[in-house]
Amino acid sequence: MENSKKTIVDCRQLYVAYQDALALENVTFTIRADEFWGILGPNGSGKTTLLRAMLGLVQPLSGSITIFGVAPQNLGARRTKIGYVSQYNTIDFNFPIKVKDAVMLGRSYKLGIGKRPKKPDWQAVMQALELVEMADFAERQIGRLSGGQRQRVLIARALALEPELLLLDEPTAALDVATSEGFFTWLHQMHSQMKITLILVTHDVAAVSQYVSVVACLNRRLVTHGRPQEVLGQETLEDMYGCESMFFRHGEVPHMVVPSPAGSRNKK
Amino acid sequence: MLELVQYTFMQRAILSATIIGTVCAIMGVYVVLRSMSFIGAGISHASFGGVALGFMLGINPIFTTIIFCLLTAWGIAFVSEKQKVREDTAVGIFFASTMAFGVLLISLMHGYNADLFSYLFGNILAVSAMDLWVSLVLTILVIAVVGIFFKEFLFLTFDIEMAEVTGLPVRKLNLLMITLVALTIVISIKSVGIVLVAALIVTPAASAYQLTEDFRAMMRLSVAFGVGSCWAGLVLSSILNLASGATIVLVATLCFFICFIFSPKRRKLRHRIDVLQHELQESK
Repeated sequence: MENSKKTIVDCRQLYVAYQDALALENVTFTIRADEFWGILGPNGSGKTTLLRAMLGLVQPLSGSITIFGVAPQNLGARRTKIGYVSQYNTIDFNFPIKVKDAVMLGRSYKLGIGKRPKKPDWQAVMQALELVEMADFAERQIGRLSGGQRQRVLIARALALEPELLLLDEPTAALDVATSEGFFTWLHQMHSQMKITLILVTHDVAAVSQYVSVVACLNRRLVTHGRPQEVLGQETLEDMYGCESMFFRHGEVPHMVVPSPAGSRNKK
Repeated sequence: MLELVQYTFMQRAILSATIIGTVCAIMGVYVVLRSMSFIGAGISHASFGGVALGFMLGINPIFTTIIFCLLTAWGIAFVSEKQKVREDTAVGIFFASTMAFGVLLISLMHGYNADLFSYLFGNILAVSAMDLWVSLVLTILVIAVVGIFFKEFLFLTFDIEMAEVTGLPVRKLNLLMITLVALTIVISIKSVGIVLVAALIVTPAASAYQLTEDFRAMMRLSVAFGVGSCWAGLVLSSILNLASGATIVLVATLCFFICFIFSPKRRKLRHRIDVLQHELQESK
């Protein structure tokens, strides 16, 4: 049934290398329209590299990756169908820019060089801000927001393009547990309201098991992928993290504990 | 003072002060926000080679300086783009070698040249009609390009990674921006001097940054501070018979310290209050 939906991302035997080391090995998967993918994996497992490959920021060593049926570097104007939110530590939040202007920047390429934003552009910006429940903060300087709000503004910037595909790279990395949970709930609602394909890279196994439609476990190679309840077992996580990890239940939400980094196998 | 305005050299000086005050302040906003001030200093010192070459060939140094500054700017951009050489290293190399080239040329010319000194430290009263025309044309060009690429330059400055992801040609835009910085330096060296021009680019923008949280407001304030400092510096230097470039830069610096003293605490405090209020609302 789901297979009848349009292919958004198609990855075939993808190998990507950074300098001398392989970042991705033989990764094959297909992402279809309206799916919500959660990509899990330890640090250095190639999660971000995979997103960068989708955006055409890194070139495959071999194999292929296509977005909307073409190689990322040939997307041309179709690039505006992709929204991307990176791990946001590269931005200086003291930058003198208001929330609405920062969100409008997301549309720069769509607007074209030399063109000023017009009414429909500002409408799209306000709509995006409403979606992330940040419309009241449109006039605020971007640094005068809490961590969760900043993250939502960056998502609004991606949404201002009205994308069909949204890539989120560890959007909750800088948030505390409570804020993260709120954020994932909101993300889940947004996904069910909008026709959008979501790819979420995260460490948060709990979020993935609750909200996503497909989970992919990555550790340079694709360990497994499928529905969360089918793939998220003890074995998968051990295989992926290379150490003994465990779930514990805390209310309704399963949490995962990774006792120590890959390599050392000391049990707590 | 009023009688002074009747002299042509003073009229030129006022015009020149307005032009450089404006163009330096505009490009300064990008230089400050992108932490490019060392590139600015590097390109301005490189212009010394251009000035020396102009004197040696007996042509108006402004033309040789344009070529020299542009080549240096592109050289820095090219070398550092290859990622094998860090940008500040590239600046360090070009900065010293182009100055050395200038010194070499001067040592070939016999005798001391007073005009050369005025290029090093600037003399706004010595600006010729030709200098003024070239400055005016280049300034209009710089402002026009900034106007056309306004949102692209803003995106590049705010978040270069995302600008690239959305499809903007960030390398070309970066090159264009460095080119504009180089032209700004060329426009200004006759008035404020090779040694001091970088300060005139950075200081008004840095002052404006202390007072505002909006990009456009920062640019407007920066221009106000830039033009204001140039005018005040010009008047002070004429009345007190001081070196014009140095006076302008010191007025701008004084202005910066005043802005600095009255700003950052308020900024941080208000942010903390905002965040606290927000957290309170969320907890309710």
